[in-house]
Amino acid sequence: MQVTITVNGVEQTRDIEPRMLLVHFIRDELQMRGTHWGCDTSNCGACTLWIDDEPVKSCTQLAVMADGKSITTVEALAKGGELDPIQKGFMECHGLQCGYCTPGMMMVGRALLDENPHPTEAEIREGISGNICRCTGYKNIVASIQWAADNPATTDAEVTA
Amino acid sequence: MTALEDAPVPLSAAGNPIGFGRMHRKEDVRFLRGEGNYVDDVQLPGMLYGAILRSPYAHAKINGIDTSAAEALPGVKAVITGAVLETLGLAWMPTLSYDTQAVLATDKVRFQGQEVAFVVAESKYIARDALELIDVDYEPLPAVADAKKALDADAPIIRDDKEGKTNNHIYDWEAGNKDETEAAFANAEVVVTEDILYPRVHPAPMETCGSVAHMDPTTGKLKLWTTTQAPHAHRTVYALVAGLPEHNIQVISPDIGGGFGNKVPIYPGYVCSIVGSIVTGKPVKWMEDRSENLMSTGFARDYHMKVSIASTREGKIQAVKVDVLADHGAFNGVAQPTKYPAGFFHIFTGSYDYPAAYCNVTAVYTNKAPGGVAYACSFRITEAVYAIERIVDCLAAELKMDSAELRLKNLLRPEQFPYTTPTGWEYDSGDYEKTMRVAMDMAGYDELRKEQAEKRARGEYMGIGISFFTEGVGAGPRKHMDILGLGMADGCDLRVHPTGKAQVRLSVQSQGQGHETTFAQIVAHELGIPPEDIEVIHGDTDNTPFGLGTYGSRSTPVSGAAASLVARKVRDKARLIAAAALECAPDDLEWELGRWYVKGDPERGRTIQEIAMDAHGPLELPEGVEGHLDAQVVYNPPNLTYPYGCYICVVDVDPGTGQVKVRRFIAVDDCGPRINPMIVEGQVHGGLADGIGMALMELIAFDDDGNNLGGSFMDYLLPTAMECPDWELGETVTPSPHHPIGAKGVGESATVGSPAAIVNAVIDAISPFGVRHADMPLTPANVWRAIQGNPVRTDMAVE
Repeated sequence: MQVTITVNGVEQTRDIEPRMLLVHFIRDELQMRGTHWGCDTSNCGACTLWIDDEPVKSCTQLAVMADGKSITTVEALAKGGELDPIQKGFMECHGLQCGYCTPGMMMVGRALLDENPHPTEAEIREGISGNICRCTGYKNIVASIQWAADNPATTDAEVTA
Repeated sequence: MTALEDAPVPLSAAGNPIGFGRMHRKEDVRFLRGEGNYVDDVQLPGMLYGAILRSPYAHAKINGIDTSAAEALPGVKAVITGAVLETLGLAWMPTLSYDTQAVLATDKVRFQGQEVAFVVAESKYIARDALELIDVDYEPLPAVADAKKALDADAPIIRDDKEGKTNNHIYDWEAGNKDETEAAFANAEVVVTEDILYPRVHPAPMETCGSVAHMDPTTGKLKLWTTTQAPHAHRTVYALVAGLPEHNIQVISPDIGGGFGNKVPIYPGYVCSIVGSIVTGKPVKWMEDRSENLMSTGFARDYHMKVSIASTREGKIQAVKVDVLADHGAFNGVAQPTKYPAGFFHIFTGSYDYPAAYCNVTAVYTNKAPGGVAYACSFRITEAVYAIERIVDCLAAELKMDSAELRLKNLLRPEQFPYTTPTGWEYDSGDYEKTMRVAMDMAGYDELRKEQAEKRARGEYMGIGISFFTEGVGAGPRKHMDILGLGMADGCDLRVHPTGKAQVRLSVQSQGQGHETTFAQIVAHELGIPPEDIEVIHGDTDNTPFGLGTYGSRSTPVSGAAASLVARKVRDKARLIAAAALECAPDDLEWELGRWYVKGDPERGRTIQEIAMDAHGPLELPEGVEGHLDAQVVYNPPNLTYPYGCYICVVDVDPGTGQVKVRRFIAVDDCGPRINPMIVEGQVHGGLADGIGMALMELIAFDDDGNNLGGSFMDYLLPTAMECPDWELGETVTPSPHHPIGAKGVGESATVGSPAAIVNAVIDAISPFGVRHADMPLTPANVWRAIQGNPVRTDMAVE
């Protein structure tokens, strides 16, 4: 069946099987590889993206459920050459190691800050509790999101690559 | 330490340390932008997709497989069974422990989730559809899920494929001095014995295992993108199994989404993707799903340990012995140095000074997935540390002595190093008491004990647990250590280009450890080239030197040493070239970071960048000096390195529910000098979270029929940010005397050291209920049962 989904501001129309998972639509149909897959059961959050600005685990959504909706993925976080504060925060605070959970973590973290610009540590921990990281022990992820909360302006690009 | 190493590290124009220190990771930007390149991101023209049919039974005879309906499904390109593989001589493959493992089952299945057939199709959905159409005629057999029943006379024989095999025994192995140990126990004033289980857990990296195989029909060259921590070792094994020449196999390990030992073995799926590509002439991608990962790939632990400790009444330890029943699953697929079938378990004597120790390990087959050495276990030092640190706490309880005091009374002293343990290890360096005191100060140990006493008086159950661990990493000296006959030495190539930028090629492979940054910093430290000017190349067998890969925390101790030495070799060559350019003798030159200069005339000198251009330019070079500025080394470590640390955990336990809250966790690690402290701390944080998982949550249990009860993330519980406290880290620095930069490695320290601290804290909390031990994972139910005086085996389904 045909679906039309706006992904990162670009309207995408595809003829797909009704059973296709949203994560496969993004990764295989659109060839956007930043959204990862980790568990099939909504437990790990590696596949987190936004549907209409709400974080959603795309491994347990059918692509057809997003028909007519607007999706945002990790690829849209950076504006031009400029990293989003959440991305800078993860670099500044060493919030990533293998990088596999990172897109999902950042999408959850960004959504949290959009709703609550000054979260407490406990609120951040609860906010990311649906996402699993096997490398970092979470401390630096919490710090990364805190850094982004403390540095919302994008003018200061003191991030070295 | 030289004066140079004491000096502050200069910063590059980009603000990075030219040497050791905190710097942002070079690899981060691609990950942050969603532009990492994991195996599942590899996309080739005409690529097909593979899927594996797996056994629903733990033990069953296969009477026949009908693939006709699957083959008839539109879009299916091939259905491969064990019978097909048999015609190619590939139905069985060697494991890393000189056993064999079925690639696709032919005679019978031996664990639930075992590989039975492989479908290649135009899409992953069609491949999965086809699995449903394969009809396997299984004849279920009685299963052995309980290791303790594996050697019973009436136990079904699992490995009847092995000629003459009449039981499920794999090996007996021992270490230490049995007679001396028994004599010490016979004369001991106090003996404490405990049955301690380290249950089966799984590394469960976020990225599962998979591969993309492309056998080019024209060139005959196989390119394999695969989730491997050891690309070169894998290439050699494929060469040996398939009879392909190594130069016709290119193993590429791109970005890897976590490994933790899960990606050391070769799995049947990798082989199937290769065969699928050979059969179809197209590239074939196979990625397992989460259940496949948890149910079929390398698990960890499954050690049933009977641990005994002998001591004086004053708490001076005299001997320790351990009997182990090791459950290796249906195939002996453990990955460790050949001469050590139980890995490095015999380091169980730990961090203490006593003369007698002995262990005996009996390994058995069961109808469970193969594995055993994985999950940052440091070749079973995890089990060893857990055994000694748990039994020391049991002894403290018996002696009614503070567990910190008991440890301090027995820790090895600095003047005893290098120290040869009763089981034959030579610890390189250490100042254990200092590290323990730092941890106790950070924790406020005495205050915690006071708080605990006050809380107990009002019926609140707080616990304080300590673990002091000694790791042994950097395997290893090739004389003693090999895997499948491949010595555990690692190569490193360094090339400095004409303008002074460099590329360093490694045999080890990052799965998130930050090698692209750390190894650039090592070369920067030795040559003075800014780290941003040094590219680290790894994970591609066609473009890197041979070596055994990244596991057992071996990257820094082995390849880090290789990187350091190859840079020194370049520095030595640069000296000869600088002398020619400056028209002086090499002996007249002195090194400062990034520059050779004339002794007594520091203005006259050549920077490493100028020397690099000289090396490629018209400068007349001295006799015997080749042009260009490059070098290669192979590093054969003279010994392991022995990082260590002291961890202190504080928990609160609700006796009504058994719920454990980890309130604080203090981790003081001594891994020698830290190349990038930010990365080291990150490694420790991750390992501590592993400890929370293993101690409190994670478990792969089975029922009597061999059904896997931990086969998804709904059942296999991993810690989230909610279960992990705000880690408190400290450090001491005791360099390794035999490593070029003194670094000891740290990748597994926290996973090895932390579970015992957490369990010790929980048991300490509930000790007023008369509990001396309970097995992991200490879930609320298991803690509650222990409080009721009714602890259960955690590894088997509770009736």
